[in-house]
Amino acid sequence: METEAEGNGFAIHPMDQFVVRPLFSDGPVHWYTVTNVTLWLALAVLCVAALMIFGTRRRALVPTRSQSVAELAYGMVRNMVEEVTGPEGVKYFPYVMTLFLFILFANLLGLIPASFTTTSHVAVTATLALLVFFSVTIIGFVRKGPGFLKMFWVEAAPLPVRPVLAVIELISYFVRPVSHSIRLAGNLMAGHAVIKVFAGFATMAVLSPVAIGAVTLIYGLETLVAVVQAYVFTILTCVYLRDAVADNHH
Amino acid sequence: MNELAMMGQYIGAGLAAIGCGAAGIGVGHIAGNFLSGALRNPSAAAGQMANLFVGIAFAEALGIFAFLIALLLMFAV
Amino acid sequence: MEHQVQDVAEAATGHAPHAGGMPQLDFTSWPNQIFWLLVALVAIYLLLTRVALPRIGAVLAERRGAITNDLLAAEELKQKARDAETAYNDALVRARAEAQAIVAKAKEAIDADLAAAVEKADAEIAQRVAVSEARINQIRAGMQDSVREVASETATALVAALGGQPDASVQSAVADRVKG
Repeated sequence: METEAEGNGFAIHPMDQFVVRPLFSDGPVHWYTVTNVTLWLALAVLCVAALMIFGTRRRALVPTRSQSVAELAYGMVRNMVEEVTGPEGVKYFPYVMTLFLFILFANLLGLIPASFTTTSHVAVTATLALLVFFSVTIIGFVRKGPGFLKMFWVEAAPLPVRPVLAVIELISYFVRPVSHSIRLAGNLMAGHAVIKVFAGFATMAVLSPVAIGAVTLIYGLETLVAVVQAYVFTILTCVYLRDAVADNHH
Repeated sequence: MNELAMMGQYIGAGLAAIGCGAAGIGVGHIAGNFLSGALRNPSAAAGQMANLFVGIAFAEALGIFAFLIALLLMFAV
Repeated sequence: MEHQVQDVAEAATGHAPHAGGMPQLDFTSWPNQIFWLLVALVAIYLLLTRVALPRIGAVLAERRGAITNDLLAAEELKQKARDAETAYNDALVRARAEAQAIVAKAKEAIDADLAAAVEKADAEIAQRVAVSEARINQIRAGMQDSVREVASETATALVAALGGQPDASVQSAVADRVKG
């Protein structure tokens, strides 16, 4: 398909940026191979450490710039957990915070030109979503026992409708990790691929001003998307946790 | 035969891309309704930001699914 | 057919070592990504729970404490300021009352002085009036005597000029006339 594009003067390979490559060899990718995924994941960890540990090293009463950013993130996620999940959910706050900071920095690092976006891979986001899914299920059964299943039995509805609703609720429960992961990966993949496509148009002299303007605009939009998607993934995690933690479902 | 299959892929991808526009309509509905509600009762708007984002995320996810179908048709089938 | 399309796609792109053309669906790289992702998540989780979150939580709690203390101190200072204001107002009221008393006293003294001066002046005036009246009376008495004298002398001279003998009857007649 690209041959045809090249025939017209374009060389657009929007998906090339997502290829997983070994960093130090050309061999196959084993589970332990150090790849570009490893590099960018490590950078995300370093950024989190820089903000949350190096940034707060002075423990200042009147915060410095980096410390206030760290406190802002802390306060935002903590409020979110308290408001959405309820006071019972606060003990899962570090877990939610880990997810938020990791996704935020992975998304933002992916915006650096020629970088690798780890969160654009379904493998990564599916792992994150399945972690949430399994932890919610396990926490729900541990806290409520079989009572957790009452979540699917909507008592607000009239009795004849309840079995139908139960089936729908059950399906939607198992679709959650799919939508949870595909949303994040798809958003980032789409944005980066679109940027790449417009960048490819820039090789044609007539189109290049339009293409460069479009890339600039989409880059701004993608910066917004990177933050919003991290927020959305976190808040959905809190919403799912509420089912396992809150008492108002039965 | 191959060309026919590739033609089908491209047409299918183009059709799937319509779904992105549909998601745009959905997101616009949510944001517009939020704004009209927020203008009627600005004091309650700040507390509903989380719901706004969750709603937008749900609506947008379907558009992303459509985009994913298009990508799959283009690159993976 | 799928394979044919894939083959065509790979042959066409010439740079597709992975299945299909979408790296996300290249399942050979999944174990690698999942492994390193889990490593990264565990690292972040440990960093956060061991160091960052307790530290930020402590700083926030400390700040909340400091703010509460400051607010209490501010409340105290405010109370003090209010007390000081009341004291000031009291002092002001007292000072004003004192000033009014002083003014009243001064006015009283001035009035007394004034009354005394007026009295003294009245007495002096009365004395002078009496002296003047006495002198006027004296002058008036002196004037009657002189009139009587001039009249009797004139009458005597007239009588002598007319060829009469001025005697005591002239004198008494003149005296009667002048008295009348």
